[in-house]
Amino acid sequence: MSSTIRIEHVSKSFEAGKPVLRDLNLEIRPSEIVSLLGPSGCGKSTLLRLLSGLERDHEGHLLIDGQEVLAPTRAVGLMFQEPRLLPWLTVRNNILFGLNARDRRQADGLAQELMEQVQLSGCADLLPRQLSGGMAQRVALARALATEPGVLLLDEPFSAVDALTRMRLQELLLSVWQRRRFTMLLVTHDIDEALYLSDRVAVLSGRPATVREIVHVDLPRPRDRRAAEMLRLRAYLLEALRIAGAPQLTGYGTPFGV
Amino acid sequence: MQPNLPVVRSAPVSSGKASRQPARGKQIALALSVPLVLIAAWFVTTEAAPLFRPNQLPSPTQVLHTAAELAAGGDLTRHVSASIGRVLSGFIIGASLALLVAVAVGLSKTVERAFDPTLQAVRNVPSLAWVPFLLLWMGIGETPRITLIAIGAFFPVYVNLVSGIRNVDRKLVEVGYVFGLSRADLVRRIIVPAALPYLLTGLRVGLGQAWLFLVAAELIASVSGLGFMLIDGQNNARPDIMLVAILTLALLGKLSDSLLRAVERRALAWTDTFQGR
Repeated sequence: MSSTIRIEHVSKSFEAGKPVLRDLNLEIRPSEIVSLLGPSGCGKSTLLRLLSGLERDHEGHLLIDGQEVLAPTRAVGLMFQEPRLLPWLTVRNNILFGLNARDRRQADGLAQELMEQVQLSGCADLLPRQLSGGMAQRVALARALATEPGVLLLDEPFSAVDALTRMRLQELLLSVWQRRRFTMLLVTHDIDEALYLSDRVAVLSGRPATVREIVHVDLPRPRDRRAAEMLRLRAYLLEALRIAGAPQLTGYGTPFGV
Repeated sequence: MQPNLPVVRSAPVSSGKASRQPARGKQIALALSVPLVLIAAWFVTTEAAPLFRPNQLPSPTQVLHTAAELAAGGDLTRHVSASIGRVLSGFIIGASLALLVAVAVGLSKTVERAFDPTLQAVRNVPSLAWVPFLLLWMGIGETPRITLIAIGAFFPVYVNLVSGIRNVDRKLVEVGYVFGLSRADLVRRIIVPAALPYLLTGLRVGLGQAWLFLVAAELIASVSGLGFMLIDGQNNARPDIMLVAILTLALLGKLSDSLLRAVERRALAWTDTFQGR
């Protein structure tokens, strides 16, 4: 299961505010991994929220497998910055939360399989308060995948864990992706994360966000984080990001772009 | 090629709950120490070195004797079961209504603006003020008594659950939206469980209020119940009977609260909150 995402001329502004997104275009092929990299507060998350159907009232078209996104559907999985587990449910029941009652009854196998894939076998009956940050985020990943979505949207999913845990989670995400081949769109402000995971990195400008540049990462997986080509791309993206963020630092008369 | 970092399962973080708790026996001894001291003082001031006359404050042995007498004659059981029956029916009716109204008010700003001001005004009517009016409307009988107790139980449940619903983490509600939950499922699977700590506090306070309103209710031309025992003791100048009624009320109130607390502990085992030191 994997889907195509098409973002066509999408603009969005909130009431009484500057536009957040302006004429944004991006097409993502089935099973492709694309990262959105941009200055903080540039509207990356808004784009994900629009694609997941959580946010509405935009101009342009958001299409998943040719279908306009109107409301949240089970075809699109979303992983938030925080795990957002339901604290009163066990790991197993959190993972199966998105399934309706009928499917949940036959879901033992699915829960087992997902827990294995996110390396949480044996944790089925733990409560969220007993989990570390990294474990909780793995449960969140399993929950997002339980409805077998063709698209997985990730909103800075590993930004709240320590560096080592983050690297492990990135590897785990890739190993799950290699089995399930969903299409991934990832919002991040971590250049290394974007380079390690993505087929393409879309650099966004500051508010209102638009795609400034698309960088292809044609390296086989698993990637060596310290390979010369990775370091070269890293320096390149850093510069691209600096330029993309520049107007925000000086423009609109607000100091520091706040 | 850089070797992949092994993904090892991290050990569950221990919850830290249930630590620092003294042994159960010690807890009970500590809880009993205050009433025992009070009873000892009562004994001393009435029997050992009498400060009070028996028609003012009868001694503990006298009260115990009266209680045994009332129990043997079947009167105590009759009054206690009449009161428990009223508290339970009033509480169940009041709390169930509060649950429905609180969910409606909690979910919708419009419903809140329409109903909440009126409910807050009604809430501030003292319990005794209802008595003549309920008598006029419902006559003498069980209906006005149970209605009064239901009014008493309604408001703590209502007030707590509304604020519980308004305190539900928006981020958890969003999880419900992401999975396309219907409104009913959102309430059932996210909002009510998330507001459960508040609901249970409301139920505990509501049950306490039900006992408070019981006595007011039993002033309504009653022939049974602990409230009637109080009036009866007053009319016959029997402070020992009054004390039996008061002590029974205290005991039953504490017992019912302990039951609800036990339910609360089980239902809220998932919470990760400060437990006191």
